[in-house]
Amino acid sequence: MKVLMFGWEFPPLISGGLGTACYGITRGLLKNNVDVTFIIPTRKGKKIADLPRVIGADEIPLALEEIPLMRSTDEVKKHLRFLPFLSTAPFSPYCTAMDETYLRISAMYSMKRLRKKDFEFTSGSVLDFTGDYGKNLMQEVLNYGLIGDSIGSRGSREKFDVIHAHDWLTFVAGVRAKIASKKPLIVHVHATEFDRSGENINRNVYDIEKYGMDNADRIIAVSHYTKNLIVRRYNIDPAKIEVVHNAVDRERQFERYRIKKNLKEKMVLYLGRVTMQKGPEYFLEAAALVLKKVKNVRFVMAGSGDMLPRMITRMAELKIADRFHFTGFLRGMAVEKIYAMSDLYVMTSVSEPFGLTPFEALLYDVPIIISKQSGVSEVLKNAVTINFWDVKKLAGAMVSIIQNDRLARNIVDRCKEEMKDIGWQNAANKIKQIYEAV
Amino acid sequence: MYFQVHQPFRLRKDYSFFDIGADHFYEDDKANREICNRVARKCYIPANNLMLELIDRYRGKFRIAYSITGIALEQFEKYNPDVIESFEKLAATGCVEFINETYYHSLSFIYSKPEFRRQVLKHRAKIKSLFNQTPRTFRNTELIYNNELAGFIEGMNFRTILAEGADQILGWRSPNFVYQPAGCYKIRLLLKNYKLSDDVAFRLSNRNWSEYPLTAEKYASWIHSIAGNGEIVNLFMDYETLGEHQWQDTGIFDFFRFFPEHLMKRPDFGFITPQEVGRQYDPVSKIDVPYFVSWADVERDLTAWIGNPMQNSAMEMVYAVEKEVLKSKNAGFIDMWRKMTTSDHFYYMCTKWFSDGDVHKYFNPFETPFDAYLVYTNVLNDLKHTVRNGKEE
Repeated sequence: MKVLMFGWEFPPLISGGLGTACYGITRGLLKNNVDVTFIIPTRKGKKIADLPRVIGADEIPLALEEIPLMRSTDEVKKHLRFLPFLSTAPFSPYCTAMDETYLRISAMYSMKRLRKKDFEFTSGSVLDFTGDYGKNLMQEVLNYGLIGDSIGSRGSREKFDVIHAHDWLTFVAGVRAKIASKKPLIVHVHATEFDRSGENINRNVYDIEKYGMDNADRIIAVSHYTKNLIVRRYNIDPAKIEVVHNAVDRERQFERYRIKKNLKEKMVLYLGRVTMQKGPEYFLEAAALVLKKVKNVRFVMAGSGDMLPRMITRMAELKIADRFHFTGFLRGMAVEKIYAMSDLYVMTSVSEPFGLTPFEALLYDVPIIISKQSGVSEVLKNAVTINFWDVKKLAGAMVSIIQNDRLARNIVDRCKEEMKDIGWQNAANKIKQIYEAV
Repeated sequence: MYFQVHQPFRLRKDYSFFDIGADHFYEDDKANREICNRVARKCYIPANNLMLELIDRYRGKFRIAYSITGIALEQFEKYNPDVIESFEKLAATGCVEFINETYYHSLSFIYSKPEFRRQVLKHRAKIKSLFNQTPRTFRNTELIYNNELAGFIEGMNFRTILAEGADQILGWRSPNFVYQPAGCYKIRLLLKNYKLSDDVAFRLSNRNWSEYPLTAEKYASWIHSIAGNGEIVNLFMDYETLGEHQWQDTGIFDFFRFFPEHLMKRPDFGFITPQEVGRQYDPVSKIDVPYFVSWADVERDLTAWIGNPMQNSAMEMVYAVEKEVLKSKNAGFIDMWRKMTTSDHFYYMCTKWFSDGDVHKYFNPFETPFDAYLVYTNVLNDLKHTVRNGKEE
């Protein structure tokens, strides 16, 4: 079994949980004897991994034979049976951008046809990718789609049985590859636009998500929570969706080194982006409630994001600066250190497709409170769960755990028991079964 | 003419949550040293030399005053002893008055009168020991002033107090007379002529200003035109105006070099120190200032230091531990705590100009007011923690 996988990031080129999850899944698949070719926008000139084979889209030659020679925008437009949704109004700016890309490719093609024998499949791509999430993201996503065309085309050297695309960034590429190769497509939903943006969704992103889901043969959701979202918000038949929970990367399990705690008070940790989606304000308000009752505790908000200034100002208003701390964005050792210093981890996400941080907390024997609006709460049934908006209940739960070491220990032990059953290899096994069924 | 000299002890920008309870070194030694060295080179040393030159040339007729904060003096002692030496030379001429303020350039009057008194006395002792003068003139941090302060200062036996000649307190009246604070009977109030002061401090090098270029001669003629409409002109400004805020190439040094000559072309004009004004002039009327005024920004109020939630929280937090810190009787803790009362820390947390990227950013070592607040509270939390642990041991 050979899989062509489209991703947007892969370790060490990662900015969020997506890359980590992709790594876990591919490693798990390899152990299950599934051969994976993993495409990312760019390797930035680095060799990424021995296994799986990771290829940058900017190294893939375009299947020029597939693209007719065109010299004018009109010709390009006629040719643009490309992506039905592109013709809808919100996409018109991208439409123009696509025209340009096509013209550029055509120009390359007509130039190169003069010396046809030179380029065949030896030339590099004419497309540049940053693989970031910057201003030109939408353009890159669409260009990435062209790579799907190429790699799925008859002339491509890549042979595969199934196509697997991770999140909306790669859905266009996945669908194009499916059209070109007539192989089944599986789209993997790690997060939806509703998780990222609440109700104020980016319509373009939503359209691409739906386009991917509609054209996929199967959909993998990282949780039942996400599956429900897909059914409700994207109007997809639930029978088409499989749930495969994420897992913990055991290779990243560090031995818990007992760091010296500088402060004797109990410490309650929030670690994540400080954005609307993660519900930092509920953590802050609950902390203020706790501090009215219990003095022997400190709260730490670790992470950065657009809501940070608001959170700092609110904390100042609540006058709890002697007990509530901000660390900004943490990386590397500092992350390990903050987990190890903590006595309670709280995840207040408003909408969390899965959520890996509670697992990380458990690796450091830190008990967890997680919001019911998260995928991880489906897996860690022994964790304390709350509705993210229920600040009073959250405060109550915090107080009982920090004041009762036996309860805290108990939560950790039982959650860790549950964790034993969830590894990437199990997840990959389920994914393999989905491949075999399509 | 009175010049303000101040350099805060800046905190380490990287003091993080992880340092609380572990690292008790808070000061950004490198930045403090570099800034002191730079300003000494560009301003303090050349400006002092110029003033010495002028005092020498005019044989006692050129007279000026300085207010140098205690923490600025401490940093000069640490990094630039030659600056201290040159101020000592100025003191020895007899033509220079040193003004008293809070040692730590703090807003303590608003939050703790006992602490305010201690900081004033500490500054007085420092001036006495370095310059062998007992100050009789007082200026509060950033010229923050109200009736109550004046009364308190009169009670401490000062003869003269300085304040901003803000429109909201003067109304139709002119800053060019000696006043008396409402409710006081002895002390004299000198009000800054902000128009003439700011012409030099802010506008001198502004090419868009209709009066550009400002020559000493033109400036002296403006002051001469006051004759008959006033008795004194109070020019108060940051000393760093010379060479640091206005770079040398703006001609600022030459401006001051020739200003006395042009001013004293008319025999009825001369230089006088605040203390001498207090002795020689009677107040023309009382001035009622029930609310605080300052010399900062267009508002001339306290909103540069207090008002937003971060500033209020930080301010309350630092004064809330006063008793505990003083009780520790540990000189190191007490000194560090007092350094935390320095107004600059709160100034950095000001959000008034944050969105505009205003010139005030020039003075702010932090990227944003939020960073400033977080470092401040981290340090204060460690200080609290250390004081408490010290007590237990």
